[in-house]
Amino acid sequence: MKILVGYKRVVDYNVRIQVKPDGSGVVTEGVKLSANPFDDIALEEALRLREKGIASEVVVATIAPADAQAHLRNGLAMGANRAIHVVTGDAVQPLTAARVFLKLIEKEQPQIVILGKQAIDDDCNQTGQMLAALWDRPQATFASKVEVSGNAAKVTREVDAGLETIEVDLPAVITTDLRLNEPRFIKLPDIMKAKSKPLETLQLADLGVASGDTLKTTNYAPPAKRSKGVMVKDAAELVAALKTKGLL
Amino acid sequence: MSKVLIIAEHLNGKLNPSTARCVSCAQAIKADSIDVLVLADTPDAIGAEAAKIQGVSKVLTVANPVNAHALAAIYAPQIVAAAKNGYTHVLAPSTTFGKDVAPRVAALLGVAQVSDIISVVDAHTFTRPIYAGNAIITVQAPADQILVATVRTASWPAAANGGNAPIEALTVGVELPSHTRFVELAQGSSERPDLQSASKVVSGGRGVGSAENFAIIFKLADKLGAAVGASRAAVDAGYVPSDLQVGQTGKIIAPQLYMAIGISGAIQHLTGIKDAGTIVAINKDAEAPIFEIADIGLVGDLFKIIPELEAALG
Repeated sequence: MKILVGYKRVVDYNVRIQVKPDGSGVVTEGVKLSANPFDDIALEEALRLREKGIASEVVVATIAPADAQAHLRNGLAMGANRAIHVVTGDAVQPLTAARVFLKLIEKEQPQIVILGKQAIDDDCNQTGQMLAALWDRPQATFASKVEVSGNAAKVTREVDAGLETIEVDLPAVITTDLRLNEPRFIKLPDIMKAKSKPLETLQLADLGVASGDTLKTTNYAPPAKRSKGVMVKDAAELVAALKTKGLL
Repeated sequence: MSKVLIIAEHLNGKLNPSTARCVSCAQAIKADSIDVLVLADTPDAIGAEAAKIQGVSKVLTVANPVNAHALAAIYAPQIVAAAKNGYTHVLAPSTTFGKDVAPRVAALLGVAQVSDIISVVDAHTFTRPIYAGNAIITVQAPADQILVATVRTASWPAAANGGNAPIEALTVGVELPSHTRFVELAQGSSERPDLQSASKVVSGGRGVGSAENFAIIFKLADKLGAAVGASRAAVDAGYVPSDLQVGQTGKIIAPQLYMAIGISGAIQHLTGIKDAGTIVAINKDAEAPIFEIADIGLVGDLFKIIPELEAALG
């Protein structure tokens, strides 16, 4: 079977982002960009399913500006067979992203689509669920364990109450949680090999996707600062301070 | 004219407090009516709990054996059918339940979703955090479409009890898929307060050192009547199960008192506790970023300080 993996490029998780003083956005010029950490986990899981003989092909896909080719080459170096680059200069909102992925599903006919549970830039946590809805297929979100057998997958999900296991018929959409796996490191020879792997480029404008970008961001602001705290010397002082605040 | 439908979250026949928090958000929208939808196998007791929340106009229940477990693929078409009865807003808590089902509802309705509302500007304008809480954006949704949103529960107080809303059985009449099946739920059996609604939380991080050492955190928490949390480092190291994780990718909480013990304070963790009333940090590294946001900081060895704390607490 074929697995399609969503592979978004985001500001690296170690970067402390800054809001522009005029409230028009966050500073993204000149900052380090990386694969969304949850998408690395998604790709790793797809590669493991291929290594187990369950999948035969892993395709990574991204919706990103024209300069994102190096990002996709990373996915290929990690082990994906092919890459699809849907080119657009604009950031797209989850509903549009889901509609684009539905087009890719129609074209590629994957049995499993694996996405990260959320992107660490917009923190939406929507695309996988929306895609499953539009595709009219099952969703297994926040996956921490995936077992595929025959035409179904048993997925353990990280929910607030603990760990929930569900069974879904394939094809299905799975979104990854942190504990699903530990993504592999990219080795130098694989970076060389990735250069000759197929990378298909599609223009978002040519796909005939209706925009779902109906939310308008009118302002960006830094979070409210907490007032400066105090340091105490020992446990007794700490308890006294908490008692003063009425917390004990 | 806003008519809000809130999707009730429940487990083991009990309503989750997140529902009452959504009611507070709906009140901030200045809704003309606030209805709560309970999908369950036996919704009567849950519906009765929801009817008591002040501000609720009406509770709608859909009893169906397939609703015994909250499966998004099964719930979503029913929510969509209910929402089409003239609702302008559909709200769900930003818990794993709400995050799972709400986007599926939005996509079926063909509308965008606003995730994690932290404040309301007007009925279609909200603020929400992005970049792990390092920026707060104001988003405006189209006023001519149903608005689907999740509500950041830590940002809203639970609406009080004391209401007496009527309860009605609702027939949704939609075909439900069989492609998704519940297998089991492994719950951490805890006698301690629930992490997301506790007024006090004691959290341990990598500095605690091992799963065995975590007993010291549990002991202190029990002494304080607090819930126990953990940083991602502590969860990844296997000290505690992942449902205790606090942070961007775990639970986002706002207790009155948060004690971070042996936690350095990565951005990812801080986003989960920013709204806490008082943050206490105990860490041996005086340079740890947690001290930048802590209201009360204490530099020292946690294995020495915690026993002293317990002694001081009496």
